Amino acid sequence: MSTEVQEIQFRDATARIQQLKPAVASASRSAPAMVAEEDNDIHGEKMVLNMGPSHPATHGVLRIVLELDGEIITKADPDVGYLHRGDEKIAENMTYQQFIPYTDRLDYLAPLANNVAYALAVEKLLGIEKQLPPRCQYIRVICCELARISAHLLGLGAFAMDVGALTVFLHTFTEREKIYNLCEALTGARFTTSYTRIGGLSRDIPDGWVHECRKFLEEVVINFDESEKLLTRNRIFVDRTKDIGVISKEDAIDYGLTGPNLRGSGVEHDLRKTHPYLVYDQLQFEVPVGSVGDCYDRYLVRMEEMRQSVRILHQCLDKLPDGPINVPDGKVVLPPKQKVLTSMEELIHQFILVTQGVNAPAGEIYFGAENPKGELGFYINSRGGGTPHRLKIRAPSFVNLSILSHLLPGHMMSDTVAILGSLDFVMGECDR
Amino acid sequence: MSATDLALKLRERFGELLSVPFEFRGETTLVLTDAEKIAEVCGIAKKELGFDYLVDITSVDNYGEDPRFTIVYELYGYGHLHHLRIKTNVGEEKSELPTVSAVWRTANWHEREIYDMMGVRFRGHGDLRRILMWDGYPYFPLRKDFPLAGKTSEVPERGFTNPAPLEGGPFVTAAGGKDAMAREPRVRVPEADELKTIARLERRRDLGRADEQNPAAIGERR
Repeated sequence: MSTEVQEIQFRDATARIQQLKPAVASASRSAPAMVAEEDNDIHGEKMVLNMGPSHPATHGVLRIVLELDGEIITKADPDVGYLHRGDEKIAENMTYQQFIPYTDRLDYLAPLANNVAYALAVEKLLGIEKQLPPRCQYIRVICCELARISAHLLGLGAFAMDVGALTVFLHTFTEREKIYNLCEALTGARFTTSYTRIGGLSRDIPDGWVHECRKFLEEVVINFDESEKLLTRNRIFVDRTKDIGVISKEDAIDYGLTGPNLRGSGVEHDLRKTHPYLVYDQLQFEVPVGSVGDCYDRYLVRMEEMRQSVRILHQCLDKLPDGPINVPDGKVVLPPKQKVLTSMEELIHQFILVTQGVNAPAGEIYFGAENPKGELGFYINSRGGGTPHRLKIRAPSFVNLSILSHLLPGHMMSDTVAILGSLDFVMGECDR
Repeated sequence: MSATDLALKLRERFGELLSVPFEFRGETTLVLTDAEKIAEVCGIAKKELGFDYLVDITSVDNYGEDPRFTIVYELYGYGHLHHLRIKTNVGEEKSELPTVSAVWRTANWHEREIYDMMGVRFRGHGDLRRILMWDGYPYFPLRKDFPLAGKTSEVPERGFTNPAPLEGGPFVTAAGGKDAMAREPRVRVPEADELKTIARLERRRDLGRADEQNPAAIGERR
């Protein structure tokens, strides 16, 4: 395996933008212009096409009502909510701890990252995020980055498959399988991990896991190279993604895009860098940024992010300290079973925690974490006690999808598939 | 410049309309007393104080209090990397405030969601439809007086809901109660249900009879 950097000849970014500007302008104008110029027999009548909610390219139950003039989209109306389960309502009716399994079902491609984000939000409310033991913080970072690789592998594989490169999907899924095996060994579940607890983790890393993880990291890098060889200079892939679905920097910010979609448009913003949580400030990594903001840039950003995640994981595994994994506070974390059976105080703590939950102070907080899809935020409004008065989930996929009605018009029908693939959303999170 | 300084600057501009900023867990919050001014305040915050990214809009139902609803705006600036929260209250009778979708376009979907879930309307919003629930759904599910189990509703040819089986508490299975097949009434038609049950009972009876005649077959069948 060669680790040298591949030289890829990109067109100069500014030249690409220059070339692009008239193309975009004419694309958005072409629809009405064509009607006026050409034969009225064919044009003038628009067709409404219902894409989804069950469509292979919508990755879940997204429905888009497209208005077409020939093959050009003139209007797009995304319709979400087919997977709405009322997670926020459910959260108001249970303790903070009990809600953790529900976070698995938000972005179900990266459940570990959701667990961590939610636990950190509640810990911020309790004011104990600084007390987390170092080992817990490192393990949580490992969880987040494994989840990021897993989510991006699926995102890229599905994206490539949608635009016709089927093989990549098989490659990336092989690696995802290994991540699931690691998850199973670590958390006891492959898919719905529910790994974190308020103030710590459900269990420590098992013996030999670190070694397995290192082995996986070495293998996955080879897989990145293979996938990249299949895509980055693939003529068909490049033709279908370059200069398609261009999101300008201003639009990206105005529409509140986050994550790789924001960085693909050239905004250098990563919560792991700007507001480091856990131990991200002690780790070396770079934030890839796109220059044009098209589908191809978003693909490149994700590809590079995975490599950076591998870098972070290597550092974490090297530095992983010993010690406890839970906050040493019986009023937050369940005491060990042995003590519950022998000591009165621990028995009381256990009883209170299970029946009433942690005693959170009154107040409100917002915590955003850099998840694979973007900024996953939790707004918690507490009036004291063990249940939130209101818990709002700021789902990155929901916000990222809101740009569709602005982005799609002017594109060809077949570009929809490439744009949806490059936005990389999960409906479980969007609909909550 | 810290987030509090930015909040104070905003307060200078609007005076008594905005409360004194207060901090909790390192986050600065301002309360706007007159909800009618929200679009103006947000416009100034974006243009003059650089809050170019609207992270989220949230609604809180203070059921039993007056004013009933609180709308919470989470602002962020990519230039100065500070976060600011602006809250404002809306009474139940009015349930309306101006939209900020002209300030940030991302507000469009957030406001639609609040309208959908809480029933607060945004004046001037061009496209205030339900977003997560379907058009014509009669309730606002995130209000505190809406039960967790849900309510019966029906919009012909679109969708229907029935209360979820809760058995005394949220998502509790009572020992000795009905099994999951019997508890889940949502997707089943009563007539077809009855037939199925009878067919199942008959099948069970047949198997029992077969077992009596040939006890060795039990292990085989399993």
